[in-house]
Amino acid sequence: MSAGTTTHDSAPSGVNYLTNGYSLKSWLLTVDHKRIAILYLISITIFFALGGIFAAAVRLELLTPQGDMMDAETYNKMFTMHGVVMIFFFLIPSVPATLGNFLIPIMVGAKDLAFPKINLLSWYLYIIGGMFGLYVAVSGGIETGWTFYTPYSSTYSNSAVIATAMGAFVAGFSSILTGLNFIVTIHKMRAPGLTWGRLPLFVWAHYATSLIQLLGTPVVAITLVLMMLERAFRIGFFDPALGGDPVLFQHLFWFYSHPAVYIMILPGMGVISEVVTCYSKKGVFGYHFIAGSSLAIAVLGFFVWGHHMYTAGQSTYAGVVFSLITFAVAVPSAVKIFNWTATMYRGSIRVDTPMLYALGFIGLFTVGGVTGVMLATMALDLHLHDTYFVVAHFHFVMVGGMVLAFMSGLHFWWPKMTGKIYPEIWGRVSAVLVFLGFNFTFFPQFLLGYMGMPRRYHAYPEEWQVLHVMSTIGASVLMLGFVLPAIYLTWSVFKGKAAEANPWQAKGLEWNIPSPPPTENFPAPVVVNEEVYAYSHEEVKALV
Amino acid sequence: MNEKTLPLLPESASNLSPQIDALMMAELGFSVFFSILIFVLVTVFAIKFRRKSDYDVTPHIHGSLILELGWSLLPFAMILGFFVWGTTVYFKAYAIQPNDAMEIFVTGKQWMWKVQHPEGPREINELHVPVGRALKFTMISEDVIHSYYIPAFRLKRDVLPGRYTTMYVTPTKVGKFHLFCAEYCGTQHSGMIGTVYVQEQSDYEKWVAGGDESMSARGEALFGQYGCVTCHLPDGKGRGPSLVGVYNSNVKLQGGNLVKADDAYLRESILNPRAKVVDTYQSIMPTFQGQISEEGLLQIIAYIKSLEKEEGGQQ
Ligand code: HEC
Ligand SMILES: [Cu+2]
Ligand SMILES: [Cu+2]
Repeated sequence: MSAGTTTHDSAPSGVNYLTNGYSLKSWLLTVDHKRIAILYLISITIFFALGGIFAAAVRLELLTPQGDMMDAETYNKMFTMHGVVMIFFFLIPSVPATLGNFLIPIMVGAKDLAFPKINLLSWYLYIIGGMFGLYVAVSGGIETGWTFYTPYSSTYSNSAVIATAMGAFVAGFSSILTGLNFIVTIHKMRAPGLTWGRLPLFVWAHYATSLIQLLGTPVVAITLVLMMLERAFRIGFFDPALGGDPVLFQHLFWFYSHPAVYIMILPGMGVISEVVTCYSKKGVFGYHFIAGSSLAIAVLGFFVWGHHMYTAGQSTYAGVVFSLITFAVAVPSAVKIFNWTATMYRGSIRVDTPMLYALGFIGLFTVGGVTGVMLATMALDLHLHDTYFVVAHFHFVMVGGMVLAFMSGLHFWWPKMTGKIYPEIWGRVSAVLVFLGFNFTFFPQFLLGYMGMPRRYHAYPEEWQVLHVMSTIGASVLMLGFVLPAIYLTWSVFKGKAAEANPWQAKGLEWNIPSPPPTENFPAPVVVNEEVYAYSHEEVKALV
Repeated sequence: MNEKTLPLLPESASNLSPQIDALMMAELGFSVFFSILIFVLVTVFAIKFRRKSDYDVTPHIHGSLILELGWSLLPFAMILGFFVWGTTVYFKAYAIQPNDAMEIFVTGKQWMWKVQHPEGPREINELHVPVGRALKFTMISEDVIHSYYIPAFRLKRDVLPGRYTTMYVTPTKVGKFHLFCAEYCGTQHSGMIGTVYVQEQSDYEKWVAGGDESMSARGEALFGQYGCVTCHLPDGKGRGPSLVGVYNSNVKLQGGNLVKADDAYLRESILNPRAKVVDTYQSIMPTFQGQISEEGLLQIIAYIKSLEKEEGGQQ
């Protein structure tokens, strides 16, 4: 896809979005989507590090079966804060708020998002929510688990439940506003010639994500408010002692929090579609199926929440329906995997850092997906629910999936965002470390889970120590794999080689403008007259 | 359970275990097949189609409807098989009551498991059951949500405050097995564990004989202690209805609805009498919310059930 009027290949002498003002104010009051993306990138990196520290505490404690490193309450706080920080303050904003914010306006050929000031407001809401989170972390912590199950959270816990829920509540609005902004931008601000069928799959994925953010997040916001009301004023919603129903909380909570796992994975899938095509130098296989599967996931994803509750006391018949729909939602995810694989067929493949991460994603997400099918099977869930099998499953999806996709995209667009090239060799080394460390950490947890190790256990029977030690060793390698990019990427900002406009010979509007882009993105209005992913020279309409 | 070696499967000690393991193996086979397929394809493509020069020419293959349909519908049809299989086993555990099941009453409480056997014995963080006998667990929590989990039985179910949950299983192997709380319930969640002893029938009978009063005898004592007897006379001439034979009968409520008098109904009638008022009676029964422990309620209900059994004979 090239823009007829804008094909500057070399960086212009003029200012770009990074050099357009150096004062703190020019950053903190910016309405430029690219600068806001950078603000988000810095903030989520801090939260990722914080969540990583909590994870390290958990893994260290589990080195020994007795639970002797910290007391049970501290341990419970560690895994709770790991979950809260990673989910609400890292995974949910990760790709959309950084790469999405930076790229969506450019990919649709626009100057900015539809509502630049609201975009800035989103970031501030996120920061306010994050401040609640930090306040909780320093003022004694929370130990309800990130799921806030009632009546434990609303009646029994002695920790900072309300402050944490407020944090998630406020950050939720940041997510809603980002979704709104993306939807309006994608509908209204596409350049002439940029039809829906020419949108990059990254944009399609974000469109589907935004729908979930907009429709789902208000539900969790209300749920958290009800829980806070019950806790603060003893108004009975969920605590049976007050006439409430504890399972109702779970229904409301998962009505959002299951779709939220798609908020946390769809944008990553968008990244993979861009990276696989570029590094295979080939048009995408099954464009409509990949785009459509994003929408199918967004819609079906709203009707499967009960698969978290097979053992929770929901009606057995409701469970049957939820199980069936959960099996169905596995299909669109599988469709994507097959289409990416087919895209590589007869390509011209280079396995550079972003592609290494993307291939890692395909492998690990496949494992996350098939183990999800196991958990969707009601009988297996009788045994596996609330064990380490579930812990392993969702880390395969969230870390093996989303975090790897984020790393892939971050490396892929790093030259575009910073104007600098990162050292390729270090990129590959850390990608391999992440992949190996990840498998070492989480594969043993599948075995632990099948043997019956419950999750959220501070101490455990001795016979499981070997697997826990393996997992902790793996986690150390994984951590190293994440520390390295923090170092070499930061280094590259100051010392890296200057990047050209299109260092990877990629297609897409963002590669037609200088690196880093000027504040207004495109010097002149854009007209799109090319198909999406026009990498190939020879057109083959259908394979079979 | 005390072997130091690394077993790949947990012990298999119930009628559900082999069924769940078989299902797991089938899904594992399916999963390994697809994961390896993807792994191999991706690796082979990455090597075979590696970039030879920056001027490589690639074909744009737009797609293939047949392939798309094939790789969506085939795996879906396969997993539908798992769906049906999994659902039937799930119903065995949760919904289909085996004939002649022996009842076990579990009360969860931060952070211990209390078990009552109808014949009398009570135990904490332990469970004694005979091998080969179908069990029905009726479970309730005194505080937050817990989950009663026995990995060797491949079975768990959440234990909720305010509501009974049930599950069914038949132990098939004599031995000692882990008992866990699987739902996070606060500080000592990982200490809310215990041991399941599956015994030969004869050993179990010996063990039971060591217990004292039966649950219904305890319930009868409470029935007197809380003054229930003053209103609920066995001949129906008191201010409240006679409870003889009420268990599992259809009770006519004010407004004409019929309701089946199961455990949940009896519990509600005691804690929240106004929720469902028996036809032709006035709602003068006081609430006992907060006064009787969940264990006590189970005993009173056991007593009410026993009234049904003795019907005709003694009363
Ligand atoms: C002041 C008199 C009174 C006392 C004391 C009392 N009840 Fe009742 N109970 C009633 C009346 C009247 C009804 C029928 C109206 C209703 O359903 O509320 C009733 C209904 C019931 C029912 C439902 C019966 C049916 O046929 O469906 C049960 C079960 C019950 N009571 C158990 C108890 C137990 C157990 C206690 C002691 C802990 C108790 N009651 C104490 C008056 C009393
Ligand atoms: Cu879910
Ligand atoms: Cu527990």
